[in-house]
Amino acid sequence: MPGQQTQTVSLFIQCLVDVMYPEVGVAMLKIFRKLGIPVDCPTNQTCCGQPAYNSGYRQQARTAARKFIEIFEHKEVIVCPSGSCVTTVRHHYPDLLSDEPDWHRRAETVSGKTFELTQYLVDVLGIDDLGARYSGKLTYHDSCHALRALGLQEQPRRLISNVTGAELVEMNDSDRCCGFGGSFAIKYPDISTAMAKDKVDNIIATGANAVVGVDISCLMNIQGLLNRKKSPVKILHIAELLAG
Amino acid sequence: MAEIRTEHYKSEARKAIKDRTLQGALADVQDRLGKGTAKAYRELPEGPGLRLKAHEIRMQAVENLDILLETLAENVRENGGKVIFAEDAAAAVTECLEIARRHEVRTVVKGKSMVTEEIGLNEALTAAGMEVTETDLGEYIIQLAGESPSHIIAPAIHKTRQQVGRLFAEKLGIPYTEDPPTLTQAARKALREKFLAADMGISGCNLACAETGHITTVSNEGNIRMATTLPRVHVAFMGMERVVARLEDHDILFRLLARGAAAQHMAGYISYIGGPRQPGHADGPDAFYLIIIDNGRSRILADEDFREMLCCIRCAACLNVCPVYGKIGGHSYGYPYSGPVGAVVTPLLVGIDRAKHLFMGETLCGACKDACPVDIDIPRMLLALRARLVEGDRRWNTPPGNLVEKSAYTAWSLAIRNRSLYDGLRWLSAQAQQLMTARDGMIHRLPFPFSGWTRSRDMKPLARKTFMQHWKEMQKE
Ligand code: SF4
Repeated sequence: MPGQQTQTVSLFIQCLVDVMYPEVGVAMLKIFRKLGIPVDCPTNQTCCGQPAYNSGYRQQARTAARKFIEIFEHKEVIVCPSGSCVTTVRHHYPDLLSDEPDWHRRAETVSGKTFELTQYLVDVLGIDDLGARYSGKLTYHDSCHALRALGLQEQPRRLISNVTGAELVEMNDSDRCCGFGGSFAIKYPDISTAMAKDKVDNIIATGANAVVGVDISCLMNIQGLLNRKKSPVKILHIAELLAG
Repeated sequence: MAEIRTEHYKSEARKAIKDRTLQGALADVQDRLGKGTAKAYRELPEGPGLRLKAHEIRMQAVENLDILLETLAENVRENGGKVIFAEDAAAAVTECLEIARRHEVRTVVKGKSMVTEEIGLNEALTAAGMEVTETDLGEYIIQLAGESPSHIIAPAIHKTRQQVGRLFAEKLGIPYTEDPPTLTQAARKALREKFLAADMGISGCNLACAETGHITTVSNEGNIRMATTLPRVHVAFMGMERVVARLEDHDILFRLLARGAAAQHMAGYISYIGGPRQPGHADGPDAFYLIIIDNGRSRILADEDFREMLCCIRCAACLNVCPVYGKIGGHSYGYPYSGPVGAVVTPLLVGIDRAKHLFMGETLCGACKDACPVDIDIPRMLLALRARLVEGDRRWNTPPGNLVEKSAYTAWSLAIRNRSLYDGLRWLSAQAQQLMTARDGMIHRLPFPFSGWTRSRDMKPLARKTFMQHWKEMQKE
């Protein structure tokens, strides 16, 4: 029962959500309020360091990791609306700090209590129906890190299929990368675009009104192409759907 | 050495993306070979966990390579074969030329082998006046066309049957047809003559076995069996990592290899070759040579971060699922090894700096790791290569990376430690972005270095208020 849940959830807000898509964070807040779960949000947080880590800048990523750990290590549970940021904290922080025993231990502590939103709802709280409503067809894009590093495939789908009025239509190759890849999208735009085009074609082919995802970075990439194509299909972060 | 064209990754990729025929072929090969892999692993009697066991077997072999190679060499010699260790590509090629001279070889037939592509063997043999024929159908096609392989196990996927029809009409003198069985028959007939006339057969080695002293080759066409038994001399090439300790390890690895490579239960032909013909044997070569090639592998072995790559059995499963390979094809990688395996192996063989596009130009999606029959953590190594490029590494003759970019990341790491500074910078960018935002509320054009994004995509501008601002306001309510 959600009522038995007394742990305070600390919001770990992905930097892209913070500065570009704050509505996703607001939606997440609504979800926890609806569930009666106490929430706090350290407002001095910024970025988990994933961009530096993925580009090979480990020193700089370590700086970000240490800062993140200092902010979050005493929190009860940390929940984030991004599969790839959670992957950074859960899988890469301990590696990144493996040469510094004290930091390594602290990294392990933080990584053990950091969860992606749908992972927390379904796997930890055992909730797969939030009483949300939507009217129309939806399709779901599997973000790579959520799917392969965190094993989130069924969880988001269960949440979506329990949204009243929503019809989930699977796209072709939903588990194929959308071509975002961080700085890859900027440094290798031709390859990135070619991949994104396939993704967008697969989305459009479902006839869905919106594509749902658990990672705003992929959705931002998809939105960029949809908008350029003047397609009416919208992007929808799963938090926004579940808060509806 | 094979020609190194890794610098042209971006332009070759662009070319490939525009090539409609190639795009169709790539989608087709990934559909055919890649889609069934996961299911094939799940259906293994031992379950998909067998991949982890295979990883362990390979890792153990890699960690005991010195002992295994000695044992292998001893046992091959016992079986009547000769073993040669070659430090680099040039040495391997020279040894082969010397063997050819000694046995008065004029014509050579080859089974498919990536390592001979790596050392540039065909060119050297041809330059020495020998006639070399590739006998794998795909390899034969691209050899006739004067091209290089675009996929590790399906080298000619970039060619349509119409192209093959025209090629065969021109080179084999048959009437034009685009009927695959007729084309295959024509190749078969031409190749049969080559097999019967050849003085030397050359093969690779999918895996050697230390305890028995034999090598194993795998094919779906049976051509390797012909190439290694009909000619007088058989020369097998192997990368020095391609060995395991026990015969029973082969069973696990080949079952996985077939599933990874083509979602098959087992490849069509698996040959265990244990040396030259023994007295009383009906066939087999008079002489058998095994050339074991280092060519940079010792350096990979010595580096803890990359040693795992030596577990690779070149099955191409990672190519069949890679979304980047699926768009840019094999030639973009600028070296015989393409796809995810190429993105790690090639920089380690030809230079981290020189081949940096291969590991930078990937999205880290992780599909390769899940598809790999020996569960190699390619994404981890792509990240490790990126870190080496940034930090530089003398062992790899890699100077520290781009200073401008480094300063940018350092400045960023300072800004994210200080929320007020971060907010200030965000505010400035938001102001600048307001000027760029179009009427539909999206940005259609961004300046360098972000221009790559808006060439094909729009972008949402920074929000007026950050989430943190929203949060603070909501707390006050
Ligand atoms: S990395 Fe794995 S999947 Fe790729 S070729 Fe090597 S063994 Fe096969």
